[in-house]
Amino acid sequence: MLRIKNLDAGYGKLRVLKNISLHVDPGEIVTIIGANGAGKTTLLHTIVGLVNSAAGEIQFQQKCCSGLTSQQVVASGCALVPEGRQVFASMSVEENLLLGGYVLQRNAGRAAVLRELEYQYDLFPVLRERREQLAGTLSGGEQQMLAMGRALMSKPKLVMMDEPSTGLAPLIVRDIFSIIKKLREEGNTVLLIEQNAKAALGIADRGYVMEVGKIILQGPAEGLLINRDVQRAYLGREKID
Amino acid sequence: MTVDLFFQYLFAGVTYGSIYAIVAIGFNIIYNSTGIINFAQGEFVMLGGMISISLLQFMPLPLAIIVAVLATMLVGALVEILFIRWLERPSVMQMIIITIGVSILLREVALHIWGESIRSLPYFYGNEITTFSLGSVHISPQVLWVIAACGFMVCGLSLFFKFTPTGREMRACSVNRTAAILCGINTRNMVTFSFMLSAGIGAMAGCVMSPITYTQYDCGTGLAIKGFTVAILGGLGNSMAAVAAGLLLGIIEAFSVSVVPLAFQDAIAITILLIILFIKPHGLFGSSEAARLRDF
Repeated sequence: MLRIKNLDAGYGKLRVLKNISLHVDPGEIVTIIGANGAGKTTLLHTIVGLVNSAAGEIQFQQKCCSGLTSQQVVASGCALVPEGRQVFASMSVEENLLLGGYVLQRNAGRAAVLRELEYQYDLFPVLRERREQLAGTLSGGEQQMLAMGRALMSKPKLVMMDEPSTGLAPLIVRDIFSIIKKLREEGNTVLLIEQNAKAALGIADRGYVMEVGKIILQGPAEGLLINRDVQRAYLGREKID
Repeated sequence: MTVDLFFQYLFAGVTYGSIYAIVAIGFNIIYNSTGIINFAQGEFVMLGGMISISLLQFMPLPLAIIVAVLATMLVGALVEILFIRWLERPSVMQMIIITIGVSILLREVALHIWGESIRSLPYFYGNEITTFSLGSVHISPQVLWVIAACGFMVCGLSLFFKFTPTGREMRACSVNRTAAILCGINTRNMVTFSFMLSAGIGAMAGCVMSPITYTQYDCGTGLAIKGFTVAILGGLGNSMAAVAAGLLLGIIEAFSVSVVPLAFQDAIAITILLIILFIKPHGLFGSSEAARLRDF
């Protein structure tokens, strides 16, 4: 589905990503964990074309997508739920979702968008209750659901989520993660970026650990959960032998 | 002041106020999609008037106006494509200087094409002395054309922004550009489109007002200042508030004639602009929270 080879990227002269290689297969939840400033968000922004890559290759569905504009990447079926939700605050919930259906409207027409809208309302019933409300007045968790629903409205083949749990109460975080799990059960592919390593590895199939722009560890999620370096650095505990 | 005189002033005020409001709406549309003030907005008004006057030799009035509006929209699109589109992350200052430069450019081009002479379109209905009476108040039919054009544009625009997908996408770009990009919306085309829209609106204003106010190559500057005042007075980006503020400024100006000499009329707009910028920079109807989030 997504294959990245030796990717370098950054802002101006600053190299943020150094020689990143990773892949996501269809139907997987893959998570990338790492501390602040590790380059996780930059990686997602590079994939989606908001940041230009300096070297290396990004392949999405066997097609090279480095050098494409963000519009083209999104249109090809790769959606990003951005960090900090980024909902259209002064527009209604329904308008937010319809805007998410922009790509779908172009490809499949208005009827498909309305069908998808109903589907998102079923997935996030709270959004149906608040369809006329302005997105900026929703709670943090509801805004996160709206941001996810908006990204899913384009019927993407790959959903990338940038720290969906930031700033949310633990109970809400659990809801969000169970929704992500549900998405996988429905056949979606998810690339999840998290600082909450325990929760992310708990639902993921595979994981990558990023540190200062490099991938330092990778493997199945269960393996990473019991890895001592990961435990020390990200899970806040150390087994004393 | 007699009742008749009062209504006479009031109608004059509403007429000019409508014109200011249309110019201010042009400012707002571009401000909403780009976050900048397009100081060439007044020149779009001038171009609309001038082009339609020139076209009048070859075609009937309604057609001349339509072609002039379309031609000005094309100019608006060209301005955006040539001067703004290729800038990567322009600063507010850069954009202001560029639009001021564009306004000077358009004015000079107009001076070369049309010279310094003052022109005007004929009255759409009747002539300068045609009036109809409302009680004992005499009103020129052109006044009604101006007010109707303003009303038509305001309603049309609010329907457009509220109910059409394109309008929704334009609002999305102004609310959160990154998120709009992530929805797959081509934000650059939306900016071009907003320039076309506000150029068309400006040109429309230039046509309906031409019989009353006349058109000259440099008539855009004064209008831009008035329109800018109105846009600030109402709260930048808020088109409905711009209408209220436009009517307010028009009426204040009209009634000022009975208190201070006519020569001071233009000074009133500037004074209001300064007062507003000092004490209520987010405008009469704008919220201070929203104003704090803007970079301008």
